[in-house]
Amino acid sequence: MKPFLTVFLFLASVGAPLQAQSLKLLNVSYDPTRELYQALNPVFAAQWKAKTGQTVSISQSHGGSGKQARSVIDGLPADVVTLALAHDIDALASQRQLLPATWQQRLPRNSSPYVSTVVFLVRAGNPRGIRDWNDLLKPGVQVITPNPKTSGGARWNYLAAWGQALTQKGGSEAKARAYVTELFKRVPVLDSGARGATTTFVERGLGDVLLAWENEALLVSEGTGKGKFQIVLPSSSILAEPSVAWVDRVVQRKGTAAVAKAYLEFLYTPEAQAIIARNGFRPSDPKALKDAGSKFPKLRLFTVADPFGGWGHAHETHFKDGGTFDQITARK
Amino acid sequence: MKPRRPGFALSAGITLLGASLMILLPLAALAFKAGHAKVGTFAALLGDPRVRTACLFSLGAALIAALFNLLWGSLLAWVLVRYPFPGRRLADALVDLPFALPTAVAGLTLASLYGPTGWIGRLLPFSAVYNQAGVVLALSFVSLPFVVRSLQPVLEELPRDMEEAAACLGASRWATLRRVVLPQLLPALLSGFALSFARAVGEYGSVVFISGNLPFRTEIAPLLIVVKLEQYDYDGAVALAVIMLTVSLLVLLGVHLLHRRFGGASRHA
Repeated sequence: MKPFLTVFLFLASVGAPLQAQSLKLLNVSYDPTRELYQALNPVFAAQWKAKTGQTVSISQSHGGSGKQARSVIDGLPADVVTLALAHDIDALASQRQLLPATWQQRLPRNSSPYVSTVVFLVRAGNPRGIRDWNDLLKPGVQVITPNPKTSGGARWNYLAAWGQALTQKGGSEAKARAYVTELFKRVPVLDSGARGATTTFVERGLGDVLLAWENEALLVSEGTGKGKFQIVLPSSSILAEPSVAWVDRVVQRKGTAAVAKAYLEFLYTPEAQAIIARNGFRPSDPKALKDAGSKFPKLRLFTVADPFGGWGHAHETHFKDGGTFDQITARK
Repeated sequence: MKPRRPGFALSAGITLLGASLMILLPLAALAFKAGHAKVGTFAALLGDPRVRTACLFSLGAALIAALFNLLWGSLLAWVLVRYPFPGRRLADALVDLPFALPTAVAGLTLASLYGPTGWIGRLLPFSAVYNQAGVVLALSFVSLPFVVRSLQPVLEELPRDMEEAAACLGASRWATLRRVVLPQLLPALLSGFALSFARAVGEYGSVVFISGNLPFRTEIAPLLIVVKLEQYDYDGAVALAVIMLTVSLLVLLGVHLLHRRFGGASRHA
């Protein structure tokens, strides 16, 4: 038996590249999910090993969401992409047909296993008395948010500000535009990325309010800046839905279709949803969200689909060259 | 019969191959991509006030930074060459640091030093970051070594007896500097200036952390290129890159012509 096993192992190791005995997955993600996937990957690897006997090792790549999408378009062999906005995954479909345009319907809840929302981070004690969106326009208040032209996170902030003015009682497009115009007059620095904006607010001490994803805000208020900052939840905000997808063209070539799909489906399991909640993202499963308790208070949430008509439309209207952002920041 | 030049074929072949792979091919690819862009893309870019403002700001800031470096860098080179002082070698080595430091780190460091809560920033009566001054500061930092390093070897070779002769002939210190020393340094100063400018015009990493990236105020041309890429507008990005390259090439060509004129004059002096 023993010699047989040795020979078998030897053959197996020689044949490994062909046999895919040990699987390799590349997860191309955006910046703030680093810790989340570091926590999730070993759990999935253990489950997959128990189920199929195969060893799977998962590499992570992080960066700005748009930049990551461009790397995949330019040939980075990502088995799965877990990006900040569906628009960036749409680009993989439209620019290179790396996956079908209907990718978002392949997994539950619009392919978003975790969600988040845009909240306010203020300095401890809330010296400016910021409670809701309208307080951001108080005289003298400075707001920090990154540049929506270069940062995916900033686009969520922008749509949150626009949408809350649009969807509240008596709201209208004109009122939303007026609100956002006023808001951006109070932005002294437009950092190129979300982490840059956090640094400006936290380390440089600039501004009174940081518009941030809830998970980023939790990271600061419970971690690095404990005691110096606090989160203010506005009465309404946007439901940020980071999307996940496997990249068909890549998994077909690498023969990793099954494991890539299982990896993403794993994100919806109760176990993964609990890890997601611990890392500051809102589980998209209602039950898991309830289990997480008071960490994620309720607020009125609207989505990109309603009222913005989806990312394609939102991008055309607001962020394309000549869109509303260019209009409101144009030189008067 | 042609004179034999041993090793010429081999060395020329290797040099050409290297230059092609690393410089000519990428530039050719850029030109090829730009060929795809329609004339309308260029016209639209040049007609966009935001693009024009950013390009002019990029060029202006790079010019100011290069001029600043010309003064400050020459002084630094002079001190390093002419005055022996303890720690001179260390100071000499420090000059190259801006090259070694990742530019993003440079930008972050400058922003935290000169920012409103930074060690220096809190002492300043005005804000030195998140405005045009911040951009010039970052550009000066990353391009300073060029002037110092172009000037240093020339200064070291500069024969002192000429200065002594000028002094013996009754020239004032100022006249010696202006009529004897400066003409000999001019070619090196010009090339240091040109390199410094070229480096600064294309700089992105450090600037985005210190400029604030405000449209019409502190937006640089490379940021707009990134913005275009962010929208998957490859044509626009390439067209903008070609416009910036053309302008920079013209500036460098101008400096080169000056170089030829004054460089030639001083060599025969």
